[in-house]
Amino acid sequence: MYPEDLRYSKQHEWVRQEGSRVRVGITHFAQNELGDVVFVDLPQEGSILQAGEAFAVVESVKAVSDIYAPVSGRVVEVNQELADRPELINQDPYGAGWIAVLEMENPAELEDLLDADGYRALVES
Amino acid sequence: MSDTGPAGKRTPLYEEHVAGGARMIDFAGFRMPVEYTGILEEHKAVRSAAGLFDLSHMGEIRVGGPGAAAFLDWAVTNRVADMEPGQARYALLCRPDGGIVDDVVIYRRAGDFLVVVNAANIAKDFQWLEQLRRGLPAEGGPQLAPGDVELEDLSDETALIAIQGPRSQEILARLTGAPLGSVGSFRFIEDSVDGHAAIISRTGYTGEDGFELYVKPEAAVPLWRALLQAGKDMGLVPVGLGARDTLRLEMRFPLYGNDIDETTTPLEAGLGFAVKLDKESFVGKDALLKQQAEGVARRLVGFRMVGRGIPRHGYPLFAGEREIGHVTSGSPSPSLGEPIGMGYVKAEYASPGQELAVGIRGKPVACQVIKGRFVRPAK
Repeated sequence: MYPEDLRYSKQHEWVRQEGSRVRVGITHFAQNELGDVVFVDLPQEGSILQAGEAFAVVESVKAVSDIYAPVSGRVVEVNQELADRPELINQDPYGAGWIAVLEMENPAELEDLLDADGYRALVES
Repeated sequence: MSDTGPAGKRTPLYEEHVAGGARMIDFAGFRMPVEYTGILEEHKAVRSAAGLFDLSHMGEIRVGGPGAAAFLDWAVTNRVADMEPGQARYALLCRPDGGIVDDVVIYRRAGDFLVVVNAANIAKDFQWLEQLRRGLPAEGGPQLAPGDVELEDLSDETALIAIQGPRSQEILARLTGAPLGSVGSFRFIEDSVDGHAAIISRTGYTGEDGFELYVKPEAAVPLWRALLQAGKDMGLVPVGLGARDTLRLEMRFPLYGNDIDETTTPLEAGLGFAVKLDKESFVGKDALLKQQAEGVARRLVGFRMVGRGIPRHGYPLFAGEREIGHVTSGSPSPSLGEPIGMGYVKAEYASPGQELAVGIRGKPVACQVIKGRFVRPAK
């Protein structure tokens, strides 16, 4: 449910470090809380984000949920497939359901995120 | 799954929902299931087979006494005096200024009436009716004494289970010998289901054929289980409030608190069919007559999205640059596969085909006013 190689934010985003970049999505816990995801408002490529800034919106049938940048950086890739298949977030939150890739501004910010044990403790408390 | 949320009031079926894996939420002061397996799946089950709903949170107010019919005929907008035993009718409780206190369904039994009210409004409606009763004989109202009318809140003594969808009758028939085929739409009988005394009513909030079963609280759990068992091979599934909301929105049925409230009138909301302005008197008549004569300034419309985005309660509606209303309900439509909504707009923008825009996170997203319901009702 919470892969060991990822880091997690308290707002239920995950990040996977890929060199100087991070791939970002929402966690299994988050997609389960939301229910059927039916719409994703994706960020613009090139947007500059501060850590903690809302940069995407994921909507289920009932809920509208802001997605926050886990680290600061520039959006270099977005998952356009989610426009037509938002359900990928439910089906494969850590894989095909990724939301964006950021070029990190300050990789030290990764240290502020939780590891899998820390995140598990957060959602299971 | 366990329920770790705040402790709201529980219906007799609370444990069934938790054990059944439902996600529980607070709704109108109750802990209620919002979904079991998923809103989309549950919605489609109701449209194609059948769904089972716990509506025990809703309220039931008994109106009895020799003056009951005349009193209700005056207290609500629709006609009550001509109702026959076994008949149910949609009606509105209005304030003298025409604002909607609640939307209700009135059941006429042989000796009294049941007024079925929204869960969030049980206490308010009871007090409202009690105030009207105490004010008897009212000026311009029925010439009754307070003692001619009895009011009793039966909400805690009544459980309500609805079975909705094209296979409802087939499933229910497995548990009752009652002549279901002879119960027409908005009619009810008092009989038994699986050995439990029940009001069996051909009513609902989904646009599908179906029944609502009013039973004693102690009958709720055995009846719920028996129904799920009886309908298993026909596709019956338990359904939460999430799909209840998408089902009613596709039919453009208003939801109290979202689409209608004390600041809106039945004429603005398109509920004129339930307002009998030719009745001699009823609470709110003068204000509604005046509004009809002057023309309503805004109307509740249904719209479908043309651009990408989901309308939600409270979002602004625009005609060009001009803000001309707001969204009251919005959601993806599981049946249509596209987002739909309802909202109030200035009357001049309410015509079918009118192009408008919903303000979604600061951006205008095109939508178009539709005519009628989003989905064709059964039968």
